[in-house]
Amino acid sequence: MSVGAPPEQGLRAWLLAAAPGSRWQARCGNAYLAWLKLRGNPLAMTGLAIIVALLLVVILAPLLAPGTPYGQDLANRLLPPSGDHWFGTDQLGRDIYTRVVHGAHLTLIIVVLVAILAAPAGLLIGTVAGYAGGIVDTVLMRITDVFLAFPRLVLALAFVAALGPGIENAVIAIALTSWPPYARVARAETLALRSSDFIAAARLQGASPARIVLRHIAPLCLSSVIIRVTLDMAGIILTAAGLGFLGLGAQPPLPEWGAMVAAGRDFILEQWWVATMPGIAIFIVSLGFNLLGDGLRDVLDPKQR
Amino acid sequence: MTQSREMTGAPAFQLRWAGGWLPKTINLVFSILLTFFGLLFVTFLIGRVIPIDPVLAIVGDRALPDVYARVRQELALDEPLYYQFWLYMTKVLQGDFGKSVITSKPIIDDIIRFFPATIELATLATLLGAFIGVPMGVMAAKFQGRWPDHIIRVLGLVGYSVPVFWLGIVGLVVFYKWLEWASGTGRLDVFYEDIINPVTGIMLIDAALAREWDIFFNALSHLGLPVSILGYYSLAYISRMTRSFMIEQLSQEYVTAARVKGLSEFRVVWRHALGNAMLPLVTVIALSYASLLEGAVLTETVFAWPGLGSYITTSLFNADMNAVLGGTFVVGMAFISLNLLSDFLYRILDPRSR
Repeated sequence: MSVGAPPEQGLRAWLLAAAPGSRWQARCGNAYLAWLKLRGNPLAMTGLAIIVALLLVVILAPLLAPGTPYGQDLANRLLPPSGDHWFGTDQLGRDIYTRVVHGAHLTLIIVVLVAILAAPAGLLIGTVAGYAGGIVDTVLMRITDVFLAFPRLVLALAFVAALGPGIENAVIAIALTSWPPYARVARAETLALRSSDFIAAARLQGASPARIVLRHIAPLCLSSVIIRVTLDMAGIILTAAGLGFLGLGAQPPLPEWGAMVAAGRDFILEQWWVATMPGIAIFIVSLGFNLLGDGLRDVLDPKQR
Repeated sequence: MTQSREMTGAPAFQLRWAGGWLPKTINLVFSILLTFFGLLFVTFLIGRVIPIDPVLAIVGDRALPDVYARVRQELALDEPLYYQFWLYMTKVLQGDFGKSVITSKPIIDDIIRFFPATIELATLATLLGAFIGVPMGVMAAKFQGRWPDHIIRVLGLVGYSVPVFWLGIVGLVVFYKWLEWASGTGRLDVFYEDIINPVTGIMLIDAALAREWDIFFNALSHLGLPVSILGYYSLAYISRMTRSFMIEQLSQEYVTAARVKGLSEFRVVWRHALGNAMLPLVTVIALSYASLLEGAVLTETVFAWPGLGSYITTSLFNADMNAVLGGTFVVGMAFISLNLLSDFLYRILDPRSR
């Protein structure tokens, strides 16, 4: 079909070709099919829309909220929401709307950095443990179990206690507590793959264990790990916000949402908006990641439905 | 195992001995010990990488050099790491987590004082979550794709997305300030505090033992809000899992068989299907209990609840590393024990896994 396909059928035909002419075309085709399935899932699309909106807010922050998030105006402290201050003002007279908008990039940075640190680590540990087996497997999985044995926030607390408060250390602490589930997922996938024929073929051709793990097994485990990471994003956001709330994450005056909720706690009974507005922002963003993660799991991983 | 016994004709106890509970138990004990050891090692390592000098924390930064050296020697900080770890391990095994740098009281006493408050909170929340969540999940599975199902889905999504500390704050505004249905922060109103003698540390039990019913109901009104909020998370998780287990069970042939035999729908769903779904649910409930220990850290901070979670965070701000690590270790141990307990219950309840 692809060979004789007339060119005027265009991109869609090329993507949906039954016999793709190249590996690249097959990959694009698969991605397109997944996209079609995802598009049919309204909840997942809502999640995607929220995350795209978050990205837009991060990029367009100077346009959406032209003021500075640090500008204090002590004459206008703790004003309720109005036309001038959509979300009201906080205890230092700063506009809460501006701070929430400018705080979006902190949330995004934390999530992306944790994913960049934890996902490859989990993938590597899981695939190596699964492929090597034996004593290596036992040792690595035992380490994983120890990390899983701590409640995540408590372990992150202990790490932050050791490293000192701050946004970088919060990222490191959350990454240190995030990798074990990814390692578990990657190991389970590897165990299913390691005795397949194509791995045996690669081994017979003289591929080194490192090459087999990195080039043959890890790419196949990637989609499960990505789903797991996406499902975890909301948890990462909530943990980061929790650390910020406790005063151990981003430090004032940074407009981190969790820290903003903590600041508003002192005025909650009279000036409810100070703590409520950033809390709603946290809720919406983590809802977006949860919705998208659920949808992705349905699309990419039919086994777990 | 029965199969192999029939095949070989060997006495049952021999087979049980060979492939049965003994190696399994040894394996289990071994893995518990290893995890315990790992837990110790992690807290030890975290304690070693802290930038705070523990000697300075005790003697202050104006101490004479010889005082500094003596305290350093007392803390065994000059010894090699493996020896320090050995000392640390033997101490922890005796329940000695060191002394609080701030109050100079043993950490273990503090933990014993603060932990019951957390247990009280987490236990009541889990009970709430299980007693409401399981029936909700069953209804959602029975009416799959209809409104009970959608309610569960929304509850779950909101539960996984809303920050617990924020929910606590909003709850305080709505139910304490506006509606005046609940009491404020803390375990008791100020004028009830320190009246009853802590026997178990669990306020409801202590008040009931002392027959101080005013205090009992006051404690209950203080528990209402934090328990509801933590219980909501537990409910969201338990109902969602119940739903998926029940959907699986209801599609089985024995359910069809029971229906064909003419059993009432009520009996089929609540006795036959739920009876089988209860097995994995035990694990789920235990896990949700364990995760509440974690949610309690933030909830306790919001509600000024004197539990282990707020103890850890307060100690953290006082740079009291011994207290932080002791608390972390105890929470980790509780977590492991609950996991083991669920595993154990599963083995007892499910004859197939024996």
